[in-house]
Amino acid sequence: MLLVLVVIGQAFLFINMSEIKIVEAPPGIEGNGFFATSLDKAIGLARSHSLWPLPFATSCCGIEFMATMGSHYDFGRFGSERLSFSPRQADVLMVMGTIAKKMGPVLKQVYLQMAEPRWVMAVGACASSGGIFDTYSVLQGIDEIIPVDVYVPGCPPRPEAILDGFQRIQDLVKNESGRRRHSPEYKELLASYGIQ
Amino acid sequence: MSNNQPVYTDNDPQSELVTLNLGPTHPATHGVFQNVLQMDGERIVSGVSTIGYIHRAFEKIAEHRPFYQITPLTDRLNYCSSPINNMGWHMTVEKLLNIQIPKRVDYLRVIIMELSRIADHIICNTIIAQDTGATTTFLYLFQYREHIYEIFEEICGARLTTNIGRIGGLERDFNEVAFAKINKFLKEFPAALKEFESLLNRNRIFIDRTKGVAEVTADTALSYSWTGPLLRATGIDYDVRVSEPYSSYQDFDFEIPVGTSGDIFDRYLVRNEEMWQSVRIIEQAMEKLKSEPKGIFHADVPDFYLPGKEQVYNNMEALIYHFKIVMGEIDAPKAEVYHAVEGGNGELGFYLINDGGRSPYRLHFRRPSFINYQMYAKMSEGMLLSDAIINMSSMNIIAGELDA
Amino acid sequence: MAKATNTELIDLLGEKFGEQLFDVSEPYGLLTFSTTKDKVIDVLSFLKENGRINFNFLTDITAVHYPEKEQIAVVYHLHSMVSGIRVRLKVFLHENDPKIASATVLWNGANWMERETYDFFGVKFEGHPDLRRILNMDDLGVHPMLKQYPLEDPNRVDKKDEYFGR
Repeated sequence: MLLVLVVIGQAFLFINMSEIKIVEAPPGIEGNGFFATSLDKAIGLARSHSLWPLPFATSCCGIEFMATMGSHYDFGRFGSERLSFSPRQADVLMVMGTIAKKMGPVLKQVYLQMAEPRWVMAVGACASSGGIFDTYSVLQGIDEIIPVDVYVPGCPPRPEAILDGFQRIQDLVKNESGRRRHSPEYKELLASYGIQ
Repeated sequence: MSNNQPVYTDNDPQSELVTLNLGPTHPATHGVFQNVLQMDGERIVSGVSTIGYIHRAFEKIAEHRPFYQITPLTDRLNYCSSPINNMGWHMTVEKLLNIQIPKRVDYLRVIIMELSRIADHIICNTIIAQDTGATTTFLYLFQYREHIYEIFEEICGARLTTNIGRIGGLERDFNEVAFAKINKFLKEFPAALKEFESLLNRNRIFIDRTKGVAEVTADTALSYSWTGPLLRATGIDYDVRVSEPYSSYQDFDFEIPVGTSGDIFDRYLVRNEEMWQSVRIIEQAMEKLKSEPKGIFHADVPDFYLPGKEQVYNNMEALIYHFKIVMGEIDAPKAEVYHAVEGGNGELGFYLINDGGRSPYRLHFRRPSFINYQMYAKMSEGMLLSDAIINMSSMNIIAGELDA
Repeated sequence: MAKATNTELIDLLGEKFGEQLFDVSEPYGLLTFSTTKDKVIDVLSFLKENGRINFNFLTDITAVHYPEKEQIAVVYHLHSMVSGIRVRLKVFLHENDPKIASATVLWNGANWMERETYDFFGVKFEGHPDLRRILNMDDLGVHPMLKQYPLEDPNRVDKKDEYFGR
């Protein structure tokens, strides 16, 4: 069965070869038989198209994420077909939904378990700022406990907005210097959250 | 054992049991549920549920918000079928204020509520299939949930947390596109649902995984205050739409499907049949709408119905009423009222105490997910872990509704 | 079975409990009455087990805080699916010592409802098998639904009152 699918898939690829978009190479010097660019850019390019997200879905935004994963919006187009439910293998932590104070330590634990480089996306009003729940039990934005790279507004954001946020993460990944995670600024940022 | 604090036997070398911390971020639990299980191999010996991981204090917020601002809160209770919650809340307030709703508005409401019931059941049933290993159905039927969201978008502008309607009616009339989309949905969805059923109903693997798993007797279900499809799967034909018809459900001809053994397969069948019945109800409502006068989408109660922005900007009276409602000078009777609607998961009740103030003195939500879920740990005892996972999917526990 | 009426029910309960049930009213058709905390289990089990009315279904348990009366009311909603009728039973407790017998002896479903009520209002249900917090964190320290506690987190430092006109 699988074999048949693969064969069909390849036939499909063959037919539509002209429609396949291939990402452009990063700027560099091209000559006869060689292409020179910086390693950071090549790695960034590769990374940005195979980010494995960890969906930390707690509430309403998680349902919109399900729609994003569904056939209509097809999240897999961006190289993220494979959801990594294990934090150890994940690149992007997508926090979707309200994080209550009871959940806070769990979220931080998950973040700590992720390997560098790691990115964090706060999807929806609750994860970004607590949203409409300005109450005693809700964390007023996950940036109180972990650093966040991209905020996606909306309550809940539409799937298009989630996709857009994800592309912003891709931009960050593409342009990140290979040494950023070793820089004193980054260490200072983590230290401000009490993370070593 | 299940009634005590979670037990961790990891550090106990004498223990023959393994502690499995299932959740709160386990991928197979579809939400924020924690169960600390004692496992003997693959079999669950005992479990303790911990909830409250997204407790957002709805009831406390409701005591600080005027009536019309509570609608967005109800959206976020059961976010898989927000419109039912919205309507439930509006009808509670309308009951308090003794507002008579025109028939046409009732029919429009019924259409919205039944569409969202279908959306809710699509999620639950495709997730059961997903957890038994069939991703196809999830990808396939979710397309139709997307169509329902498009209809909602046409009606109110939002997809998931809809905030549909106002106290006293709807915010705006359905436009022609919305009706066209509903008609299109009614034409296309039955074929897809039929195909979905033919993929699963007689599927040997699916039946083996679900039939006879997590059986519940009617007595146990009643004793745990179960409602909704879970209770009906055990054979009790309790449905708020029929036992205490609200809105205009008494005008419609539909059946309440019931199961026999209360197992996962029965719950699946009950939900599927309810989708068919919902389609029937929507078809009837569309038919009935034809004989109703066009253009009515709210009751004539300017004291309580928040006027549209166009009127507020162009019409003196509307501006005054808008000011009165928003600044909290409406005159509501001091009373208490309980109103129940049939939500996607069961009886969704609103217990409202009004003391004549701007906001409710007390608002309590009877949340079916919260009440249905309490049996889960007890049910899991003696079950295989993989069965416990599909048991959870088949109970359709919505974290927002569970934790309030 | 024909639908039982509220009058029938009032007669039946009056016969059995007499003065122990008081404050009888019917807001929006839902029969409401109060009883004392010593009698609550008797009343509930009579309602549940009497063959004629048969309130077999516990819809909900919750509580309401009345600070000016220094009272907490525990509210039970029961439903008789057979005769299609609901009742509401209230028990008023003093807010300093809210203790009441647990209904878990009658319905298993009362377990979490009572835990929620304990969590929110601090009502102690005596005889409950496992009375501990359910939604809030164990170290919260207060019962947040009591009227004296604020909605917002009092420990917030980023929200200055002057920006909100208070």
